[in-house]
Amino acid sequence: MKVRQIVETAYRATTEEQDDTVIWISHAMRGASAELGVLLTGNAVNYVAGEQDGSGLMLGAWRQTQPPAPAQDLAALMRKDVPVYCVREDLAERGLMECKLLEGIVLMSRNQLPRLFGEYDQVWRW
Amino acid sequence: MATKHTLTFVLMDAPFESARTTTAFRLLHAALDRGYDVNVFAYEGAVALSFAKQAQHPNAVHGRDVAQEDHPLSKNWIAALMAHARTRGADLKWVNCGLCVDERGVGEAIEGAQRGSPADCWKMAQQSSTTLVIPTK
Repeated sequence: MKVRQIVETAYRATTEEQDDTVIWISHAMRGASAELGVLLTGNAVNYVAGEQDGSGLMLGAWRQTQPPAPAQDLAALMRKDVPVYCVREDLAERGLMECKLLEGIVLMSRNQLPRLFGEYDQVWRW
Repeated sequence: MATKHTLTFVLMDAPFESARTTTAFRLLHAALDRGYDVNVFAYEGAVALSFAKQAQHPNAVHGRDVAQEDHPLSKNWIAALMAHARTRGADLKWVNCGLCVDERGVGEAIEGAQRGSPADCWKMAQQSSTTLVIPTK
């Protein structure tokens, strides 16, 4: 069984969790031999901006030592043979096409999504 | 002979935060009512749905004491659905993400709620007719 994971909401408790929870569960399920693909859409396309830096949070004497790094987590997921796609129009709307994007990300247009979904047995929209 | 179907639901919302929780439970009820076997993987805040120490409280705004207010508790909803499943010849399997439980300190779950991992989520999905994710927004 192949499952397409759609991530639409970005930075959902990523500071508390120190990762994106859907990217995290994708890693974990991949470790259980799951066949997955990831599609970033909406605000979640910001995850492919390769130079983002979530470090530096300090609250009183507490300092975050392991800040979230969604781009690196996505890169690690791709190294596990999980393809990661990103909706081109959502990147363009946010002015992110000019950024240094994460290597290996596949950009696609919204009108290509139905065909992409057809390649998977199930689509899980988080 | 009709094939017995199993449905898997992945829930993310913490209790008392969103109308999605009530909707999700109504979907579970409807599925069990029709005799489907149902799996639930509770992820992130949803692991608190089965927390055994949930407690009812009075409501001064309503002018009611604890008994009168009879505040809903999601742990009781789960127990009720597990009982309902038995009357329908169906099975309700409830699995909490163990790491999500640990980070929230809600390890004391009601009887019948199990501790598991994303691997269990994947296994349940593979063994089901379909899976519905109801995420936090």
